[in-house]
Amino acid sequence: MSHHDDYQTHQAKILTPSFYVLLTLTTIGFALVALRFIKGLGAVTNMNDGYPWGIWITYDVATGTAIACGGYAMAILIYIRNHMQYHPMIRSAVLTSLFGYGLAGFSVMVDVGRPWNAYNFFIPAHWQANSAMFEVALCVMAYTTVLLIEFLPAILTTIEEGKWRRLNALLDWLEPVVKPDRDAVNSKLERVRLGAAWLRPKLNKVLIFVIVLGITLPTMHQSSLGSLVLIAATKVHPLWHTGFLPLLFLINCVYIGYSIAIIESVISSYAFKRPFEVKELAGLAKIIPFLTLIWLTVVIGDLAWRGQIGRALALDFYSGFFLLEFCLIAGGSLILFNSRKRESVRWLFLSAALITLGGALYRFNVYLIGFQPGKGWHYFPSLAELMITVGIVAFEILGYQVLVKVFPVLPKLHLNLHLPYGQGRHLPDAKGVKA
Amino acid sequence: MKNPSRRKFLQMVGVGGVALAAASVGGSAAANEGLKINNDNKAMLYDATRCVGCKACMTTCKRVNHDFGDLSYEQAAFDPDGLWDAPQDLSGDTRTLIKLYKESPTRWSYVKHSCMHCQKPSCVSVCPVGAMTRDPQSGIVAYDKNVCIGCRYCQIGCAFNIPRFQWNKALPQIVKCDMCKSTELPRTGTTGCAGVCPVDAIHFGRRGDLLAMARQRLAEKPEKYIQYIYGEHELGGLDHLYLAGLPFEKLGLPVVGDQAPAVFSEKIQHTIYKGFIAPVALYSSLCYVAIRNMKQGEEKKGTPASAEKKGEDA
Repeated sequence: MSHHDDYQTHQAKILTPSFYVLLTLTTIGFALVALRFIKGLGAVTNMNDGYPWGIWITYDVATGTAIACGGYAMAILIYIRNHMQYHPMIRSAVLTSLFGYGLAGFSVMVDVGRPWNAYNFFIPAHWQANSAMFEVALCVMAYTTVLLIEFLPAILTTIEEGKWRRLNALLDWLEPVVKPDRDAVNSKLERVRLGAAWLRPKLNKVLIFVIVLGITLPTMHQSSLGSLVLIAATKVHPLWHTGFLPLLFLINCVYIGYSIAIIESVISSYAFKRPFEVKELAGLAKIIPFLTLIWLTVVIGDLAWRGQIGRALALDFYSGFFLLEFCLIAGGSLILFNSRKRESVRWLFLSAALITLGGALYRFNVYLIGFQPGKGWHYFPSLAELMITVGIVAFEILGYQVLVKVFPVLPKLHLNLHLPYGQGRHLPDAKGVKA
Repeated sequence: MKNPSRRKFLQMVGVGGVALAAASVGGSAAANEGLKINNDNKAMLYDATRCVGCKACMTTCKRVNHDFGDLSYEQAAFDPDGLWDAPQDLSGDTRTLIKLYKESPTRWSYVKHSCMHCQKPSCVSVCPVGAMTRDPQSGIVAYDKNVCIGCRYCQIGCAFNIPRFQWNKALPQIVKCDMCKSTELPRTGTTGCAGVCPVDAIHFGRRGDLLAMARQRLAEKPEKYIQYIYGEHELGGLDHLYLAGLPFEKLGLPVVGDQAPAVFSEKIQHTIYKGFIAPVALYSSLCYVAIRNMKQGEEKKGTPASAEKKGEDA
């Protein structure tokens, strides 16, 4: 059951130029978060009583968690559909999901006005089973914990096999000043190591139950993210307001999950100068168009059933966004139906990007663009509001970049060398792969 | 390996069973109050044709409620009487507002904006922690800032955009009318706005009585009124009723239909989560499949060099 030899720590410098760029963006974002807590939401955001949910809920929570569904989509594929060959890809997917969900939770805490009352979620007397948000909040908290446990083996392996290079370097650096007690430090480290060695096999035995929980929870809360706006029957544009919202959000997050797994893998291979995992990616890509086909069928069928096809083709503001969303998803899926194009990194990346964009636009359409609270209300995010979101995204990328160099997250390279398309190619070369 | 995992599986099913029981208890506690319109609720009737726009209701609302709900600090230091406070819209410190709709010098109407006290309120249905509540006897929809987490889902849900948020406060809250439930109502038996209205444009009373009164007015002076009582059936019945001489939509009272959105959304949510059976069933069957897959994988493996082989088999 333990596949910890499927992974390796990426050996590279942590303090790269991109590290500093991302760190700067993160710092700006978090400084603005501090300002929000001191001066109130109105000082930082353009949200108002007509648009009480802005870019934070729409992007960081509703869209961000869908983009963070890589771990969910991969877990379904590996453990439920029994495609163990994708197992080496799960850990990086889980790590990005962990960041996506953890920071979605953080965004919510920045967004809510009275976060000190959030403990009421844990008091049964205040539970409100009618509220989709209650369900989403509990599920997201539980799922973030589950992701953390799923990622724990990577941390434990590192502790167990760790040589404490960085810590020893720090001690060397401190040596002339404070004369640290090396023996005491080493004995403490040994105890930590033994603890990790004790915990890891125990965790491995029960991990499958946690993993399956990690499949159940997103199924619940991703559909509930759709249910969230059901209540706004008079506000959400009829192109998007339908009883099928929960189903559409659920399918939407799965195909975004597979698309984002492709995108992340391609970008990681490119950025970390590793061979592309073309065979795995082509396999993933094969699943996507079937999901999008079901999704598009539900969308069209529902519009026809509610008699709203005319609005979709009205070519006004709303129909424009609807058609854009539709074409992005349909276009990306058409590319992926072609088996030759599925084996080209360039086409894979392009189509996955189109589908992710279209899927994300769908969520924006439901939460923000198609939301009309009435005459006289307007919303466009303020610069500070956007910078907080940018800061949070920068922190996600930063954390991923650092953690893959600290813990064994990325697939072990020797596995890839068996792949026909990555053969002998250590450096990414899109042209070569295409041939 | 076989026995421990089966034991774990049964344990998990047990945990699921406990969750199921808990959920079914919670479900019955939060059961729907029934969707029949209750005419014994406390209610208000606003007659736009009588209103003279003096705004005494607005100032009274602020005066009697300003100490309740921490609104007192909204008062400017130079304006202890609130004379120069002239709000343009409902906001984090204004629960009641008179607006003027003017079509031409001869066709115009005042209109009062405040909470509609829906009989099936969306804000109560969506609040994740139950900070919004509807008293089943009086029908008053009220807010508890000590429970509220400030998520503003009530604002998303409200078809009339009534709950307002204090955007400029570091420690903000939601502000909306609660029919003076903790201030004027227990003291005088009526709401501040209705008590002060000099022309009886706002009338407080039992919903059934107010409906009869409204019908009588419509019948007595049919030329003065649009023959419609706004709120009688809207969104499954409102406890704030309106009469007007101009189309309600123009006064900012939207066409919302007779169906309460909360009935629709709760039906879907409850169908999915009925008795928590679906999530437990999903988890159990996924566990079964995943464990079966895992066992098959282990049987196939056999040799220690399996990690390398897997790549080739794929």
